[in-house]
Amino acid sequence: MIKKEMIAMLLAGGQGSRLGVLTAKVAKPAVAFGGKYRIIDFPLSNCINSGIDTVGVLTQYQPLRLNTHIGIGMPWDLDRNNGGVTILSPYEKSIGSDWYSGTANAIYQNIDYIDTYNPDYVLILSGDHIYKMDYEVMLDYHKENNAAVTIACMPVPWEEASRFGVVITDENGQINEFEEKPEKPRSNLASMGIYIFTWKVLREALIKMRDVPGCDFGKHILPECLGNGERLFAYEYNGYWKDVGTLGSYWEANMELIDIIPEFNLYEEFWKIYTKSDAVPPLYVSEEGFIERSLVCGNSSIEGTVLNSVLGAGVTVGKGAVVRDSIIMKNTVIGEGCTIDKAIIAEEVEIGANCVLGEGEAIPNKVNPKVYSFGLVTIGENSVIPPGVRIGLNTAISGITKAEDYPDGVLASGETLIKAGERA
Amino acid sequence: MRAIGLILAGGNNHRMRELSTKRAIAAMPVAGSYRSIDFSLSNMSNSHVQKVAVLTQYNSRSLNEHLSSSKWWDFGRKQGGLYIFTPTVTADNNFWYRGTADCIYQNLDWLKQSHEPYVVIASGDGIYKMDYNKVLEYHIEKKADITVICKEMPEDTDFSRFGVVKADENGRLIDMEEKPMATDSRLVSCGIYIIRRRQLIELIEKCAEEDRYDFVRDILIRYKNIKKIFTYKMESYWNSIASVDAYYQTNMDFLKPEVRKHFLKEYPDIYSKVLDLPPAKYNAGSNVKNSLVASGCIINGAVENSVLFKKVFVGNNCVIKNSIILNDVYLGDNTYIENCIVESRDTIRANSRYVGEDSVKVVIEKNERYIM
Repeated sequence: MIKKEMIAMLLAGGQGSRLGVLTAKVAKPAVAFGGKYRIIDFPLSNCINSGIDTVGVLTQYQPLRLNTHIGIGMPWDLDRNNGGVTILSPYEKSIGSDWYSGTANAIYQNIDYIDTYNPDYVLILSGDHIYKMDYEVMLDYHKENNAAVTIACMPVPWEEASRFGVVITDENGQINEFEEKPEKPRSNLASMGIYIFTWKVLREALIKMRDVPGCDFGKHILPECLGNGERLFAYEYNGYWKDVGTLGSYWEANMELIDIIPEFNLYEEFWKIYTKSDAVPPLYVSEEGFIERSLVCGNSSIEGTVLNSVLGAGVTVGKGAVVRDSIIMKNTVIGEGCTIDKAIIAEEVEIGANCVLGEGEAIPNKVNPKVYSFGLVTIGENSVIPPGVRIGLNTAISGITKAEDYPDGVLASGETLIKAGERA
Repeated sequence: MRAIGLILAGGNNHRMRELSTKRAIAAMPVAGSYRSIDFSLSNMSNSHVQKVAVLTQYNSRSLNEHLSSSKWWDFGRKQGGLYIFTPTVTADNNFWYRGTADCIYQNLDWLKQSHEPYVVIASGDGIYKMDYNKVLEYHIEKKADITVICKEMPEDTDFSRFGVVKADENGRLIDMEEKPMATDSRLVSCGIYIIRRRQLIELIEKCAEEDRYDFVRDILIRYKNIKKIFTYKMESYWNSIASVDAYYQTNMDFLKPEVRKHFLKEYPDIYSKVLDLPPAKYNAGSNVKNSLVASGCIINGAVENSVLFKKVFVGNNCVIKNSIILNDVYLGDNTYIENCIVESRDTIRANSRYVGEDSVKVVIEKNERYIM
């Protein structure tokens, strides 16, 4: 019988609605990050670097991009005879065919998959964080404490603690209590959504709680385990960890990579981040091109000026164009003479010549002010912007737009332009 | 495809000067992200030649490292695959490969055990993109015994490093000279041949009986009047990197938009081993003009008309002009480099100055490697 000490279950089914048009057609874990990577590359690379060679990836929302990216797991050396990566999508059953209604419910529906590997421990991960972490060290800690559950936690500033689920521990790290987004936090140790469970304990809890609607780890499973008197421990993590859940934090995390010695360093030999490479060729900078303080991927051709930006593979920046403080994903074409400030432009977008993106005042977005803020221009994948238009701040565009969609050639600050058949 | 592939990647060449001391020519880095053999291997793969052997001998370790997995070129299949043949000592042979024909002879079993009717023979130092199926069609149509792929070179080429060919109006090879001092033909052999497998076995066995070891001299030239040897003219880009000047020129050719378009943008792709490097990083003070920059580079200085291979670090106030910096080179601050090829995995001390005056200079400092 196959026996794996620990396998990982990676929750990658979420929509990530706070990333707006970026996740209109792709699940959040498949969104590009740092030029050539996708968000899911970080937990997947952490798995293989930690010696975990069996990973179940749970998908639900818009899985196509995720499926093609992961494939058989070759980029992460997860193409294995025993184990490797398996995509687990919701499936039809003889009775009660359901979508994954919650994080724990998704695991419950895949108990058979986990049982095949007969593991002692199961690692639960989410596919939307940027960090490097050795799960093996965390497992050692779990075993040392003879714990039923170990939760990776990190200290956050006290004033921000009320945005997180925090844990209250004794001096040994054993958890006495949870508080979900407390008004007056009694601890600043925030849960990172990374758990190691002793499989026997988790299996019992999942089966016991199977009828709870929207069964969730934080809300249901962990309190249940604590209530049963199981030993729960907090594993304190002090490295770089970034939740890229909002456009603002996503933009910020990308920009942090540009720092001269970034806190999150991709250039280290140790603990490499693997990804499916979009392009092998080098990038070309022309006679007129100029790049400073930026990351640029292979096969791009730069004939304009790129400052303080992160560019994916195969991006074209036309002559005389200026790109500043922006994120541009793969195969996007920036026309000649454009000026682009503080924009997030998704994959395969075409921007006509002489457009101006990101000008004017920061008026809050009229449709979705919580999502489209931070003074950013956000453009969804496969969009087309006609030549010569001017686009304001806190705006979102998706779909093939034409000159008549822009009265007086302008999309004012705070406006949203989603073409028919597209989702806001 | 009804052919198997043989890539002859064994040789060394004094024209490569210091550059070949640590690697086989076929493992020379080319165009920022590739190694020379990637071009022939990708052509094989893209032409659906599924079973390919690489014959290698000189400094083969670098090549072995590059070919550590066949999956990058899509040869990791149940049918076919990638084979690497270095000389071995057997009961009836204890020689190194004594020539291009001899290396095929020493691996004749592999040819005999295959069932595909044709063999594509290519070299590891050609930079080109080609569908071998088109040549095979030509080969069959002409009822040729051997088809030699040729390229018409410009007048100012150094013909003394090529096999120079003369053909009649039908394309039949009527004369061939190996590395002539003077010639009136501009047609050179690219070292790529198509031949029926049984025909090849027969010719190679005959060669071996007569203690002859060279494919060009002892087969092509010797049999030119008996066998129907045809030439197939390659119209697209081709160059051999087997001399320092040609190596430099080929890399510089990739700065031309039409060459980049041909190799890097048009279908099908050239494949290479994926190294999982982060994107190239441009810090404050970087100024890159008309250059190719591979992944993993970190740039703090000025780069002009140059090719930077993977993981090159350019220090503050550096100036690099018309140069090729091979992979994993660390350039200390204030370095000035013009008209040079900097050997890979080196650390160039700060404030160094290297200028290739009348010809390209090969820079090797052999300092302990600085690792970021």
